[in-house]
This record gives sequence, structure tokens and C-alpha cells, in this order.
Amino acid sequence: MFLVDYIKTVYNGVTSLLKGMRMTGYYFTHHKEIITQQYPDVKQVLPERFRGEVVMTHDEKNEHRCTGCTACELACPNATIKIVTKFDITPDGKKKKALDTFVYHLELCTMCNLCIVACPTDAIKMAQSFEHSVYDRSLLTKVLNKPGSKLMEGVE
Amino acid sequence: MFSLENLTHIIDHALNNTFNATIAMLIEMVIVGICAITLFAVLGLVLVFMERKVSAYMQIRLGPNRVGYKGLAQTAADTLKLVIKEGFTPDNADKFLFNLAPFLVMIIAMMLLAPIAFTKGLQMWDLNIGVLYLSAVSSVSVIGILMAGWASNNKYSLIGAMRSGAQIVSYELSAGLAVLTMIVFTGSLQISTIIASQQDGWWIFKGHIPAIISFVIFIIAVTAETNRAPFDMAEAESELTAGFHTEYSGMRFALFFLAEYVNIFIVCAIAATIYFGGWMPFHISHSIPFADLFNKGMDFIPGVLWFTGKTFALIFLIMWFRWTFPRLRIDQLLNLEWKYLLPIGMFNLLLATAIAILGWYF
Ligand code: SF4
Ligand code: SF4
Repeated sequence: MFLVDYIKTVYNGVTSLLKGMRMTGYYFTHHKEIITQQYPDVKQVLPERFRGEVVMTHDEKNEHRCTGCTACELACPNATIKIVTKFDITPDGKKKKALDTFVYHLELCTMCNLCIVACPTDAIKMAQSFEHSVYDRSLLTKVLNKPGSKLMEGVE
Repeated sequence: MFSLENLTHIIDHALNNTFNATIAMLIEMVIVGICAITLFAVLGLVLVFMERKVSAYMQIRLGPNRVGYKGLAQTAADTLKLVIKEGFTPDNADKFLFNLAPFLVMIIAMMLLAPIAFTKGLQMWDLNIGVLYLSAVSSVSVIGILMAGWASNNKYSLIGAMRSGAQIVSYELSAGLAVLTMIVFTGSLQISTIIASQQDGWWIFKGHIPAIISFVIFIIAVTAETNRAPFDMAEAESELTAGFHTEYSGMRFALFFLAEYVNIFIVCAIAATIYFGGWMPFHISHSIPFADLFNKGMDFIPGVLWFTGKTFALIFLIMWFRWTFPRLRIDQLLNLEWKYLLPIGMFNLLLATAIAILGWYF
């Protein structure tokens, strides 16, 4: 009885190993389909919800929707965003707070999306770009509002 | 017909006529040494590339395909990278042993090359206890591994080295028994005699059932002895980072890496010699009609090609194992050896002896 069990174990072991080898042998000889992506040659289109970096949307008149309210700066858990504000003089002579520079430290960002949720005017959003490697760390500190851009009409 | 045997004889005569015997001997040794080192370098490059391509194809990937045509220069580029890397020695390591270990492993791999016959007459040293020499020297490599693990002063390295020791010592038995089974048939330990005895058919066919069982045991045992997956306990990446060579970098790491591949080549060469006739072409028994004609035709393919062909086929088999089977746990590993391979090997030895006595082989 013991011997029968012993031989059975050996037989089962060998057949299951051979089954595995047949599988890999099949893959080896049928080398057509490749499951890996040929990344630098073929770039995958990433899903819309992929979070690559924070960007500020600008329209064709180079206007953005950021009022400089600093809600995003407050929402950010690791001080990635620094809003620098200035005071604009409105046509009727009043001083009004506005955005001067939107500093974004990509190297600190965890892509948590909290700033985007916090923004009351939908001024910022997540982009799908992911090739962020640079040779100098300072290049990761970005200014998101484009030079010469101003606040869109009607956004409060 | 051109043969490498003539070439070696011509060189031997030329040297002996020009110099006296001692100097001629020394020059020959140097030539052989250079050939061996070149062979090692080429083997390292070829086998690493082959492994990467085989693994890629088995995992439905492309493998190296950037450097050179279809990635052929990839291993050369890797070697260059390893050469220019810093060879780092940890602070509290035993410096002498730490630096000695990779060379020891390499030297043992080189010593194993001595009795291997590449073709008729192309053999460094045809000593009369060739097989015994091979199994004796191959077990010394565990000292190099233990040395590396101990000298690194690193717990991972030490555990890896100890596992490797337990593994090599136990699987040595099975490999030895498997070879012994075939020695019963060949009746000689000398490599050239073993090959000559396969003049009318390889032992894997002539020795039928016991030869096949012995071959399976041998292949399993040498896979374990060379520390390759599914028996790569010594360097189980997920548990021990890299086992005994965790602390090594640069060229000394490359030596370990190279030694692993050279060892695979050597054990496959041994298997090819014992079971598949080494450089002996595929011959069939004279009792079959047209056998002489067939054998003559087979002789046109040079022995070196037969030898490398068989060896690389076996290397492919071992690579196939590596990319198919999951790693064994250490207790499963020792169970496999002591509860399965060794008893089956012993039984097989008895069977082979009985068959040899009764003359039931071809
Ligand atoms: S995604 Fe998160 S971490 Fe990045 S800037 Fe927005 S709030 Fe900060
Ligand atoms: S991006 Fe949005 S939340 Fe941040 S300062 Fe501008 S308006 Fe306020």
C-alpha cells in the first residue's frame, strides 16, 4: 500500500511538471503574440482618469480660471502648491486679489487629486503625461499659469 | 579529411622539435589556458544571452532587442558595465576570503573543464579516472560559495551559503549514483573509453530503462548542484536578496555569474558525454540493415558540432526547467533528494547491475 502511494506521488509529480513544461514549450515555439508593451516605440493611450501631473487649463485667449483663492494650496497634504497673489486694479478703481504665480512642485506631489477637488472654479486638472524624468531637480518646480495669462471673464 | 586531432598533433610536434620537452610542455599549457579562458568568455556571453532570450520567449516577451542586431550585443554591453563598476568590499567583511571566493569558484569551474572531450583528440587531460575526478572536483565549488557567504559578514549571504552547502552535499549523492549506474554499463571511468563504448549507439538508447531513469535523476541533481531554479535556494531573490553574492559588485560579481553559466555548460557536457556519446555522431547498431551507410553519413558532421549541439540542447532543457517550475522550499528540496531521488537512484543502480550482468542491453 505504501509503495503504491509512493509511486502514485512520483507519477503525479512528474506528470504535473511535464504539463507545465508543455505550456512553456508551447509559448516558446509559438512566438507571435507579445504581452509586453513596446513602450518607447508604441505609446499606450492612458485612461482619462490617470493622474500624471497637475496642469492649469488655459483657453485660446490665454485665459485661465484661477482666482488665486489658495483653496488648493490649503487642501494639499504635502505643500506641493504655492500660490503667489497680487492685487489688480479693476476699471472702477477697486483693488482685487488675483493670481500672480501658481508654483507647483512636481517632485512633492503624490497625485492625490485633493487640490482638483478643492478648486471652486475648476481651474486645474490632472494631465495624463508621465515621462517626468529630468536631469536637474529644479526643473520639476513648475509655474502652471502661462506668462501673460489672465483671469477669464466672469469667473469669480 | 581535416580534423582537430591532426592540428593538435602538428602543434605538439612543432613545439617538441623546436624546444626541449619541458619548455614545449609549458608552452602547450599556456596555449591551453588561453583557449580555456577564451572559451569561458565566449560561453558567458552566449549563455547569458541565450538564457535571456529563452526566458523572454517562454514568458511571451521579446527579451533584449536594443543593443546590436536583435539585441545580440546586449551581454557584451552588460560585461562592459560590470567591468567599469566599482568593486566594493564591505567594511567588516573578511577581506582576504571575500576577495578569494569568486576566484576559487572560477578556478574550480576551469578545473572541471580538463577532462571534457570536445572532439576526437581535443581534450586537455584524458585521465583514467575522469568521471571520478569530475564528481570530486565539482563538489569543491561549495567551499567557494560558503567562503563568499561567510566572508561577506551578511546574514542573507550566510543563510544562502548554508542552504547551498546542504543542497550541493545532498544532491552530489544522486548525481554520483546516476553516473555510477552508467559506469556499470561502460565499465570504465575514462572519458575517452566511455565515448568509444558508444560507437554503436548512445547509452541512453543502449541502456534503455535504467539509462533513462539515471538521466532524469542526473539532470535533476545537477540542476540542484548548479543552484539554478527550481533549486535556487542559495540565491532566492525574494527571500535572501541575492544569497551568497549579495555583497559582491562589479567584476567579482561577474565572476560568480560567469561561474554559474560555465558550470551549467560543464554539467551538460558531462551529461552529453555519458548519456549521448559526447562528440560521437548518432550511430546505430550494426545489426540493423544499412547501418554502415547511415553511420558513414553521420560521420560527415564534425564531432565538435555533435558535442556542442548535444550540450546546448541539454542547456536548453535546464533553462526550460528554470522558466517553468516554481522554487522549492528548503524542506521540500531535501525531501525530494532523500525520499525520492536517492532511493530511486539506488534501486536503479541495482536494476542496471542486474541488466548488465544478464547482458540485457544492446
Ligand atoms: S494632487 Fe495632491 S499632492 Fe498633488 S498638488 Fe494636488 S493636493 Fe497636492
Ligand atoms: S487653482 Fe483653484 S483652488 Fe487653486 S487658487 Fe486657483 S482657483 Fe483657487
